[in-house]
Amino acid sequence: MSLPGSPAAAPESDGGRRFRTTSLQRRLAQRIGFVWLSLMAIATVVPIALVVVYIVQQGGPAISWTFLSGFPSDGMRQGGILPAIVGTFYLTLGTALFSVPLGVAAAVYLAEYAQENALTRLIRVAIINLAGIPSVVYGLFGLGLFVLFLRLGTSILSASLTLSIMTLPVIISAAEEALRAVPQAFRTVSVSLGGSRWQTIARIVLPQAVPGILTGVILGLERAAGETAPILFTGAAFFLPRLPNSPLDSTMALPYHLFVISTQVPGMPLQIQYGTALVLIVFVLGMNLTATVIRSRARARRQW
Amino acid sequence: MNGEAGTPAARGQAAGRRPRRDWGEAIITRLIQLSGYSAVVFVGLIFFFLVREGLPALIEVPLRDLFGTRWYPIEGYFGVVPLLTGSLVVTGGAMAIAVPFGIGTAMFISEIAPRWAREVLKPLVELLGGLPSVVLGFLGILILSPYLRQLLDLPTGLTALAGSLLLGGIALPTIVSIAEDALDAVPRSYRDAALALGATPWQTMWGVTLPAARSGVLTAVLLGMGRAIGETMAVMMVTGNAPVLAVRLASIVSPVRTMTATIAAEMGEVASGSPHYHALFFIGMLLFVISLLVNVIASAVVFRQRSRAERVLS
Repeated sequence: MSLPGSPAAAPESDGGRRFRTTSLQRRLAQRIGFVWLSLMAIATVVPIALVVVYIVQQGGPAISWTFLSGFPSDGMRQGGILPAIVGTFYLTLGTALFSVPLGVAAAVYLAEYAQENALTRLIRVAIINLAGIPSVVYGLFGLGLFVLFLRLGTSILSASLTLSIMTLPVIISAAEEALRAVPQAFRTVSVSLGGSRWQTIARIVLPQAVPGILTGVILGLERAAGETAPILFTGAAFFLPRLPNSPLDSTMALPYHLFVISTQVPGMPLQIQYGTALVLIVFVLGMNLTATVIRSRARARRQW
Repeated sequence: MNGEAGTPAARGQAAGRRPRRDWGEAIITRLIQLSGYSAVVFVGLIFFFLVREGLPALIEVPLRDLFGTRWYPIEGYFGVVPLLTGSLVVTGGAMAIAVPFGIGTAMFISEIAPRWAREVLKPLVELLGGLPSVVLGFLGILILSPYLRQLLDLPTGLTALAGSLLLGGIALPTIVSIAEDALDAVPRSYRDAALALGATPWQTMWGVTLPAARSGVLTAVLLGMGRAIGETMAVMMVTGNAPVLAVRLASIVSPVRTMTATIAAEMGEVASGSPHYHALFFIGMLLFVISLLVNVIASAVVFRQRSRAERVLS
């Protein structure tokens, strides 16, 4: 066990003759404590690994070309899940389309323009609160604003807009952190060479912050791709025999499809359920992995 | 806004091109500023729409019924109390699991684990944070609840307990990740001082590091709780969906229904504008207010800690 501040190892090695009893007790307490905490950590981490391994094991055999590229048939008990895969892809893309420009611009405002005043504090409180609003409440909001008030109907557009507002706080926070990490000297040099504020941001600061922003964007979209509650009443379809061909169509989506086939359809073959779960976690964890790789690569290559 | 940045440019060769660039610059500045305000606008919009669709419930449903103990929409009973208690029971159970395990794991990762284990453990825990809740709910139906039914000899495994176990798992990554950050941020000198005074690492962890990080750890717990209260799909899938008043001890092992699950399960089937529709939005309003409170308290804790730290440092 390499501990921060190894002087603590000293009393252990020389036995602490003068304080033998207390030292023994303390060492025993520490041993037991360390073992106990290790067990807790194991109890936390092992189930995660098990969940992933189990789904891969059970869902693996279901994966085939027909499963990935076919349409559901026989009340979804046979065939593939193509419409759900394509739907989740469209929803993620739509979410990115709205939330990335808005989120990055908001982060630029907070990191580069905003002064520390009451308004900025209000914005920060609002971001924290957006991050904490339950996903199903986003669903209600999307239903009220996009579906009914703006008459966009239950559509990819409504669902994407709803998801992008939910994703916004994640992107803003990550992008702001990435922008703030760019050393002040970069800005000073750019301005001293005659660059305007926007030129400095667009050509110097943003490019330096891209890996950090990208990581945040992917993690935000990952959450959007896996969410069910916000799209329940804004764009998800129970079953569609074709692919959506306009942003105003409703769509099937992987998480909602998994919910449907595991709770609403009796006599659903287990293999298809596990297969769908597997495709969903590959989609989502693949994004997570991409973000992790980008982050660690950027860290290794960074020169400041 | 662009005064300080524009002046040096004016003296340079680019002076002739300045007017056009300034126009663009002004527009871009304005757009960025508006985007910056967007978060406030969205919170306002969300609140406005929830109130607009939710408040009519107060008129259409007699107050005594709305805060009554029966939720039976078909016969016009819209009592939110059973749903509130359902949410409380499931969330309480989840926190009873997630808080000790979350803080224990954070302590292990931050204070005990060797460096390589830390590099593996934290991303792994955050990976669970990324697992869609519908996947956990799916496994909850297929594996967890049959197992609980057998283990505890229950008529059904779809109970508050199953929901609590899943929600605990969902709140854990939030708690571990934020609490670990807080522990990690405690200055090395605090630990060194305690160790130099003869404390064991174990005593240092509990007597010095954890108290020093307490506000961050409290924030972690609050945000984890916020996630648990707001979680929808996993809870809806495994809690059995029975809107009964959950006040007895046995409620833990009987089916319940949370606020979030009620909205998700019923909103698809109601006519917009009906009392039922308004009642569901009213529940959404309650959820919004609860999450607002949790977050305001969590950030107040952080702000207070920060100002205290500033006082100490100055």
